[in-house]
Amino acid sequence: MNMQFLVDGLLTGSMIGLGAIGVTLTYSILRFSNFSHGDLMAWGTYATLMFVGAITALFGKVAPIAPLSFGWPLLLALALGMLFTGGLALLLDKILFQRLRAKGQMIIVVMASFGASMALRSLLEFLFTSSPAYFSRAIQIAKPIGFGIRITPDQIALLLLTAALVTAVHLLMTRSQIGREMRAVSQNIGLARVVGIDVARVVRFTWLIGGALACVAGVMIGVLVQIRPLMGFDMLLPVFAAAILGGIGSIPGAVLGGLIIGLSEAAAVQIFGAEWRAAIAFVILMAVLFVRPIGLFGVGER
Amino acid sequence: MEFLAYGAFFLTTALIFSLITLGLNLQWGLTGLFNVGLAGFVAIGAYTSAILTTPDDAARIGGFDLPILLGWLAAMIVAGAVAAVIGAATLRLRSDYLAITTFGVAVVVQLVALNAQGLTGGPFGVGFIPRPFGSLAENPIVFNFANLAIVAVVTLVFFLALEHLARSPWGRVLKALREDEKAAASLGKSARAYRIQAFALGGAIMGLAGAVQAHFIGFIAPENYLPTLTFQVWTMLIVGGSGSNRGAVLGSVLVWAIWVGSGAAVSALVPTDQQARAAALQIVSIGVMLCVILLVRPMGILGGTPKRKAPAEPAAGRP
Repeated sequence: MNMQFLVDGLLTGSMIGLGAIGVTLTYSILRFSNFSHGDLMAWGTYATLMFVGAITALFGKVAPIAPLSFGWPLLLALALGMLFTGGLALLLDKILFQRLRAKGQMIIVVMASFGASMALRSLLEFLFTSSPAYFSRAIQIAKPIGFGIRITPDQIALLLLTAALVTAVHLLMTRSQIGREMRAVSQNIGLARVVGIDVARVVRFTWLIGGALACVAGVMIGVLVQIRPLMGFDMLLPVFAAAILGGIGSIPGAVLGGLIIGLSEAAAVQIFGAEWRAAIAFVILMAVLFVRPIGLFGVGER
Repeated sequence: MEFLAYGAFFLTTALIFSLITLGLNLQWGLTGLFNVGLAGFVAIGAYTSAILTTPDDAARIGGFDLPILLGWLAAMIVAGAVAAVIGAATLRLRSDYLAITTFGVAVVVQLVALNAQGLTGGPFGVGFIPRPFGSLAENPIVFNFANLAIVAVVTLVFFLALEHLARSPWGRVLKALREDEKAAASLGKSARAYRIQAFALGGAIMGLAGAVQAHFIGFIAPENYLPTLTFQVWTMLIVGGSGSNRGAVLGSVLVWAIWVGSGAAVSALVPTDQQARAAALQIVSIGVMLCVILLVRPMGILGGTPKRKAPAEPAAGRP
């Protein structure tokens, strides 16, 4: 077997894992599976693309950083895009999810997220048409690094970025006050309120973090593959499967689940062919639900 | 005359949607089971019946040339069986898991339809599906009305059967489980078994609807079963009022009329090169409509009778 699947799998796994963090957070803190999360990815990517365009218009063409295909404009645009996507998630919560949550029927919220997903995705198609866009059309030469593996500088940079972000979120959840509050709310919302935790603030943070990471995952896809309105929706099944495989509520679990699914997909592409890639997440999902529905790091339902 | 033929055609399509919506109403309205992949079950039914009843085709497996009714029966059995397996896997877990899994079913069915060319014809789909009154096809009015009659009879039979089921002891158990699972379970009703039955029966009805539609159009392809279909049917049920079979039928006809009407307006008013974008906007407006109805009138047009409560998760989703 060609070892190249390791690199491909790690990259896909990083995208899935970053998306799964947002899904697992909304699921454990707000208690619903957000079907519009994939479309937040796509919106974040298009927003970043627009910001890159705006920066280029302001400062002229900026030369990329030595071996990479992108320069500081993309990094700045990514930061702005993360803010935008977090804000979009907050807005969606404010006008839709929050009101339905107040009525206490969580499955109605899931349905609303499904409707919102459809509307968001089609709105992108309306604004940008369904033809793909690209951050850069430059072709990068993949450098051999032994064992028959080749990797481009972009891919190394994005893997490092993922590792840094995941570490940061993990530290935030385990070491900071807001992280402790988020975990408290996910374990017992009533008790959290009793001890004086501002639940509304926790909810806001959850959307901000989830939206920002969705944007990064989308931009990774945009840099490495292409930008399409459907790009996020197509990631939804692997993202959910990763969150469930890792155990709902667990951030290390979501990332590990993402990596497992990414690597399995990449391996399956070599064995069965690329057209069956999307079925892998489903097979893993069904296996987890039959064998260990609480996932790798999950705890029993409370 | 042309108008009459078109009216029959429109109503036939709308009634096929009603049949899907009736299946969804059994799953969601009566039992509270969330199916986001119903397009997958419709596709399973359509392909099953198409493969069994089409004439022999060297390019793919199937083409058994069986009678249409046998194809419809098989469509119900296969779609129902898939639904039963999915239900068995997920119905002991939280309701979100069912939603995610059914979503996965739709993705996988789409994948199989596109890629298993030896079975499904791949992106080109299956053609030459026998039509119930194919011999009448020269006379469009008679043909359309014959089709309408068949579809209306099938829909009516299932409507009456579902109305009866909802009032039967079986249906009462489902409602009891939806409203208060613990109380129903304390009376010795196995929540999981009842839910799997309801989910499988709903899946079978969706499969039948897919098969009926396949034989009505005579041709199927993977793009008939995209998530947009799932979304349309959900909107139909929510608009009509979940829990009410009459609402399911009414909502289907109404939403399909809005869909067709706005589609016709788009193709008449919008220049050709912009039509794909306008179609996207059409979906946006339906999505917004779904969300607004959920916010403002969650029980739909006919679902607002005071004695029927909203299907609620016990204590906001925490068992």
